[in-house]
Amino acid sequence: MQDSKSVGVVTPQYVTIDKPLQLKSGLMLDSYHLVYETYGQLNAARSNAVLICHALSGNHHVAGVYADKEKSYGWWDNMVGPGKPIDTNRFFVMGMNNLGGCHGSTGPASIDTKTGKHYGASFPIVTVEDWVETQVQLAEHLGIEQFAAVVGGSLGGMQAMQWTLDYPEKVRHALVVAAAAKLTAQNIAFNDVARQAIMTDQEFYGGNYYAYDTLPRRGLRLARMLGHITYLSDDSMAAKFGRSLRNGDLSFGFDVEFEIESYLRYQGDKFADLFDANSYLLMTKALDYFDPANTYGGDLSAAFQVAKADYLILSFTSDWRFSPERSREIVKALLDNKINVSYAEITSSHGHDSFLMETQYYHQLVRAYMDNVST
Amino acid sequence: MTDTTAPSTIALRPDFAAIAQWIKPGAKILDLGCGDGSLLRHLRDTRNVFGYGVEIDDDNLLSCFRNGINVIQNDLETGLSSFESASFDYVILSQTLQAMRHTEGIIQEMLRVGKEGIVSFPNFGYWRNRMQVISGHMPVSKTLPYHWYDTPNIHLCTLGDFEALCQQCDARILERRVMNGDHPVNFLPNLMGMLAFYRFERRE
Repeated sequence: MQDSKSVGVVTPQYVTIDKPLQLKSGLMLDSYHLVYETYGQLNAARSNAVLICHALSGNHHVAGVYADKEKSYGWWDNMVGPGKPIDTNRFFVMGMNNLGGCHGSTGPASIDTKTGKHYGASFPIVTVEDWVETQVQLAEHLGIEQFAAVVGGSLGGMQAMQWTLDYPEKVRHALVVAAAAKLTAQNIAFNDVARQAIMTDQEFYGGNYYAYDTLPRRGLRLARMLGHITYLSDDSMAAKFGRSLRNGDLSFGFDVEFEIESYLRYQGDKFADLFDANSYLLMTKALDYFDPANTYGGDLSAAFQVAKADYLILSFTSDWRFSPERSREIVKALLDNKINVSYAEITSSHGHDSFLMETQYYHQLVRAYMDNVST
Repeated sequence: MTDTTAPSTIALRPDFAAIAQWIKPGAKILDLGCGDGSLLRHLRDTRNVFGYGVEIDDDNLLSCFRNGINVIQNDLETGLSSFESASFDYVILSQTLQAMRHTEGIIQEMLRVGKEGIVSFPNFGYWRNRMQVISGHMPVSKTLPYHWYDTPNIHLCTLGDFEALCQQCDARILERRVMNGDHPVNFLPNLMGMLAFYRFERRE
């Protein structure tokens, strides 16, 4: 259900960046496209811009709806809009599809103008740092020298943090929701199983499946099913599905019997129709590689010495993929550097997905914080 | 960047004023059990301090956000492991000590994290409290507003009790202030004082 506070009909915009991008991997991208959306008005001082960074499977369509597509509301429409916690009456809010994605910014499914073919496996590995560089280019394009806030959940939260480390002068506030300063071994392990599901699909063709006019649907579907389990909590799955059977009785076979099986397969199928498998591989790698403390011998506090922004760190009690402990590590590093930070551990049963939910207390906190962010 | 918050209105609270008098301008402060953040905000606005509040209650946390102060959600009973030793000028525990389980533990942590600790608590030795006990009932008063069955206060003490604990915890008391409402109490403080304030440091 969407209320009247939605930003309404929105239209994606495109920009081509011709300035070569030096990637962390050492490779170079000569030029690339970025797709983005904006909501609200940039003020005369250009000081009210808020950048929303998306998570693994998100995109630039943060809020509003497309005129030609019913119910096509943005993935954070409950958070961003007029009168909403991130209030578009005060802020000029923008979302951008990450480089390597599959929703309009250049990615593996795009045509490489040098070859006239899909990038496919030749698309370079991109990192969170690389994404920040592309967003700097977009900000320049829009004439924004400093963001009032950079906001993100999960992978997007990592990106918000990276912004404050790479461009401390360009970010006044960072809202880091359900994120971590680095993935744990368990978390990387989940990502690798997801990647293996995709890469061992016979239709994968080493990442060049476009040339064969096919898709590694089964692999991507499995990857998403696995991911989806980890984004929920045991309790929320028990509450929503329990051991409910679709047809009331056991059928003593391997077809769908339990409601949870049906749900996961549906989610997997839906995702496999909408997302590019190569982009999924890239996004999970970006997650795995993120580790700003690494160049400081693992000392996260040292990594944050350069930071100048004020931070809001939020975690959710039932989130075991990006647990509150991981958020507290970030908070500790900020405290060590005498940086303005607030931290809330929000009681929620929805697991990692909590950051997308419209729960009253969570939204009250974000609203209260954003109300104190000057424009 | 907190220009939209309304002006501070808590200068009226005498217990906050008593604590504020001890705080050097520009100090770095940790306020344990900071409630809605009023004290920290008052200190920020009037003494230009830099600080963090620590609070466990969700509603209080939201009020802190609205007050535009830094607040960390954390259970004081689990200690202050997020905070480095000697990293604050003052660690404040305002009317929270009596509701804590690990009373000695939090005093030790205050001595570790702060150069100085400031504690305030309702004096159980106040004569009206004593009178109620003599008359056969647990005290209910302005500073102890709960009944015995619904009180969060599990470790009530007198001035003498607290001073003995300080001795035991190797805390040297630097200053004591005793209040009755908004009046300072100098005569028979353990009998006449409703609220006690102590400033202390680690005994080397």
